[in-house]
Amino acid sequence: MANAARIFIQIVKRDLRVASRQRSDLLNPLIFLLIVVSLFPLGVGPGPDILARIAPGVIWVSALLSAMLGLERMFRDDFRDGALEQMMLLPVSLEVSVLAKIAVHWVMTAVPILFIAPLLALLLNLPTTAWGVLWVTLLLGTPVISAAGAIGVALTVSLNKGGALLSLLLLPLLIPLLIFATAAVEAAVSGLSATGPLALMGAFLVITITLAPFAVKAGLRVSVN
Amino acid sequence: MQFDSWSAFIAMGGYGVYVWSAFFVTFLCFGLLALEAVWRRTKLRDEARKQQARQQRIEKAKRES
Amino acid sequence: MWRWLHPYAKSEATFALNQKLLPWFLIPGLLLTLVGVIWGLAYAPPDYQQGESYRIIFVHVPAAIWSMGFYVSMAIAGLIALVWQIRTAEQAVLAIAPVGAVLTFISLFTGAVWGQPMWGTWWVWDARLTSQLILLFLYLGVMALYVAFEDERAGGKAASILALVGVINIPIIHYSVYWWNTLHQQSTITKVITRFESPSIAPEMLWPLVVNIFAFMGLAAALIIMRLNNELLRREIHRPWAQKILNTGDKENSDAV
Repeated sequence: MANAARIFIQIVKRDLRVASRQRSDLLNPLIFLLIVVSLFPLGVGPGPDILARIAPGVIWVSALLSAMLGLERMFRDDFRDGALEQMMLLPVSLEVSVLAKIAVHWVMTAVPILFIAPLLALLLNLPTTAWGVLWVTLLLGTPVISAAGAIGVALTVSLNKGGALLSLLLLPLLIPLLIFATAAVEAAVSGLSATGPLALMGAFLVITITLAPFAVKAGLRVSVN
Repeated sequence: MQFDSWSAFIAMGGYGVYVWSAFFVTFLCFGLLALEAVWRRTKLRDEARKQQARQQRIEKAKRES
Repeated sequence: MWRWLHPYAKSEATFALNQKLLPWFLIPGLLLTLVGVIWGLAYAPPDYQQGESYRIIFVHVPAAIWSMGFYVSMAIAGLIALVWQIRTAEQAVLAIAPVGAVLTFISLFTGAVWGQPMWGTWWVWDARLTSQLILLFLYLGVMALYVAFEDERAGGKAASILALVGVINIPIIHYSVYWWNTLHQQSTITKVITRFESPSIAPEMLWPLVVNIFAFMGLAAALIIMRLNNELLRREIHRPWAQKILNTGDKENSDAV
């Protein structure tokens, strides 16, 4: 057990160091998110009422799309340079390493989104009463994206043209997340309690974090051979 | 029988286009799937025949040499 | 307990089983389709509200039921493929996926064609329509993932994993879409269709529907078996047993194909 924890920390440290050297990879999805969100007022008109109404959906759809951009990086480089094979030979079960990978991906991609979330809410004129709930939905939802995304990446990492395929595989699976996240924010906007959808999102989080590593392991076994 | 005449049957109480197109497309889909399976089987037969012919040519060449 | 499964890891054994099963699905499937379609189109009484247009139900509901049923069977095949490493089960996943996708498409198309005269629109974001659309995406994902791999074994395994992940998600997607639909104002027109779900459907309409449900199962299963047989033969085309079947087949197999 202590061994597993040590390897988990080692992988987290290593991946954080590797990721911090490729800053453009981290910044691009974030800039993409900002641009997409700012395209909507240009598309549907700057009326504050319309924007406030579509804000939860726009922020969440954009967050999903931008997450798709950065996902591939989770295993791609390790697959190419053989680190993934070494990871599979470690004396701890692969699920531990997979969880470390997911954790690092979440820290590197979702935490920045959590920081700019108020800015997105501001741009789209979301009522301030709902900001807190929006933030909590992102906090609960982004780990689900990372964990479910890891399954998709594990399945497509050995393919050269994995990008579009990855979105095709993952987005249908993430629809419940989108539904409950936007429902929670909309409830908060209209002054209702958002605990119901938030509790369900918490349940999704627990389920995906628990089950995804097994699917990722199976997927990596397929891709690496 | 719920219909008095053929024309009433085709018209389906004014909904003929909808009802018949739904049934047509459904069985067209099934038909296409079945045709594709049969077509693929004939292609496999051709391929097997070609392979065996090649095999026999190779063996013949071996015997003659 | 699961030892009976192992012989079917051999393509030849699976093929022989398929050949035995095929007529048992195909012939009743065709006969029941004939009976069900004629019964539904000509003899079932018209609906007092929807008139004759409701007759679309006789293809719409069976397709919708089996589009979900075959997804589950695909996932079971995927589970078998992953747990026991049985290649023929992977091939079954890939034989089921296109048929299931076609069934989903049929249910969507007939639903749209039914919606136009009844609701005045081809498409509404009704809970059932939406989850059916997502189901189509899931089928397409399984097929696309398999095609993307050059190595067929790897593609089959990856598709099996995805089918399994999808089947865990289906109930979640289904209920979340229902919940989403009740949250947003539900258009009253969609309630017209829910009447058919209640057991109060008249027996004169129910029986042809039941016949068609079984008919579609037979037809779809027969199509899946045909696809699986082709796939088994294709991968083992160099082996004697496959060549024997392909050579002698012209007369003998033409009725079985």
